[in-house]
Amino acid sequence: MSLVSLDQVHKYYGENHVLKGVDLKVEAGEVVSIIGRSGSGKSTLLRCMNGLEEYQKGAVIVDNQSVENDDYKLRLLSRSVGMVFQNFNLFPHMTVGENVMLATKLVMKKSSAESEMLAKELLEKVGLADKFSAYPGNLSGGQQQRVAIARSLAMSPKVLLCDEITSALDPELVGEVLKVLEKLKQEGMTLILVTHEMNFARDVGDRVVFMNQGRVWETGQSDEVFSNPQTEELQSFLAAVR
Amino acid sequence: MVQFTDWDILKNLLLAARWTILLSLLAFAGGGLFGLILTLLRSMRSKITTRIIQTYVEIFQGIPLLMQLFLTFFGLSLIGIEVDAWSAAVISLTLFSSAFFHDIWRGCIEALPKGQWEACRTLGLTYLQTMRYVIVPQAMRMSIAPTVGFSVQIVKGTALASVIGFVELTKAGTMINNAVFEPFKVFALVAVLYFLICFPLSVLARHLEKKNHVAR
Ligand SMILES: Nc1ncnc2c1ncn2[C@@H]1O[C@H](COP(=O)(O)OP(=O)(O)O)[C@@H](O)[C@H]1O
Ligand SMILES: [Mg+2]
Repeated sequence: MSLVSLDQVHKYYGENHVLKGVDLKVEAGEVVSIIGRSGSGKSTLLRCMNGLEEYQKGAVIVDNQSVENDDYKLRLLSRSVGMVFQNFNLFPHMTVGENVMLATKLVMKKSSAESEMLAKELLEKVGLADKFSAYPGNLSGGQQQRVAIARSLAMSPKVLLCDEITSALDPELVGEVLKVLEKLKQEGMTLILVTHEMNFARDVGDRVVFMNQGRVWETGQSDEVFSNPQTEELQSFLAAVR
Repeated sequence: MVQFTDWDILKNLLLAARWTILLSLLAFAGGGLFGLILTLLRSMRSKITTRIIQTYVEIFQGIPLLMQLFLTFFGLSLIGIEVDAWSAAVISLTLFSSAFFHDIWRGCIEALPKGQWEACRTLGLTYLQTMRYVIVPQAMRMSIAPTVGFSVQIVKGTALASVIGFVELTKAGTMINNAVFEPFKVFALVAVLYFLICFPLSVLARHLEKKNHVAR
């Protein structure tokens, strides 16, 4: 059974039919990039995978759990699925360490000592060992995003969803965040990334999903999709972003 | 006729000012507590409670405080509940401030980015954990300045309790003036006393506001 499996998922916002029967399977350890025009449904698709959005038809199964609109089930699911947002969404009134430890203490019920050890280890991994006691407001965007990644990893998720996590960053800070993702891939983490970083998608991603008008329009191995796009829509999209 | 020295005037005004302060404190505490309960109820997002609380707030914000005092004082006695001026003043000011406090605090909670809630959901926090550790601490920080600012309005609002016969600072001023016939002197003193109560609060509010801006 795939780690993430979407079967004919339909999503409406009122009258607006945003996802029109999406099928997608992601295996453990895969890195899948989702690309496509703004408004094509990429974020919505991602948010259906962890219950932030409800869908009206079809099935979403992640780590053998059905994603349904049920508070208790979604809290259980949060241990399997992590999410990193475009705007970091760090808790500004807490230190970096407290941000990372909040859920390990409250949700995983780890002791303070255990949580602190884990937080330090994760901050080390994202290259921010010295920022444990700093406040997010005093960090650069790239550093904040790396804290957000560490915060998600603290729940030891099986899959990490990333929604344009470099789009709010100054260009010179994008690299440090992508480097962390690359490291995660090497450690075998499953990543599903909505991204505009075509070079990253091509070099690091295993597979690419091109979303268009609420559908998976074209999908395949990264190098193939980028070097030999089949549909006219993907060709024109790639021409526009290059 | 009794002779009032300037000192007598001031002394009597100061004595009456105690009641202004006490009434303000009670209204602040009562209104704060009730406003807090309303805010927590509302944050649970049930449609019915939201509608009821919204109506409550609109009524108390949409009717002049003076009318609220009249209605409490005379209205309650009409349905057989005798209230003295003191209780009527406390009740009206409490209800009045609870509506405003609720509105201030709800605004602070809603001003927080939606992403804070979403981050908590993806981390698996419960609703109460989200409120307790993430939403309330931030909303509280934001709300301090406007809350202190509104307390100035409460102090000034207590002056209206004079019309239902409660002897606080304003009423005492009127009564003393009736005896000494020196309206300018008496009401200037009354004004100074109000100012001495309210000014520190305004300064505090402004200071907190500034501090808040720097912190962001
Ligand atoms: N919260 C929302 N309420 C209503 N419509 C929404 C909402 N979020 C997204 N949409 C609509 O859904 C469509 C897909 O949006 P989205 O998934 O954000 O696209 P993308 O991430 O690819 O830019 C768009 O037409 C957008 O206007
Ligand atoms: Mg998007």
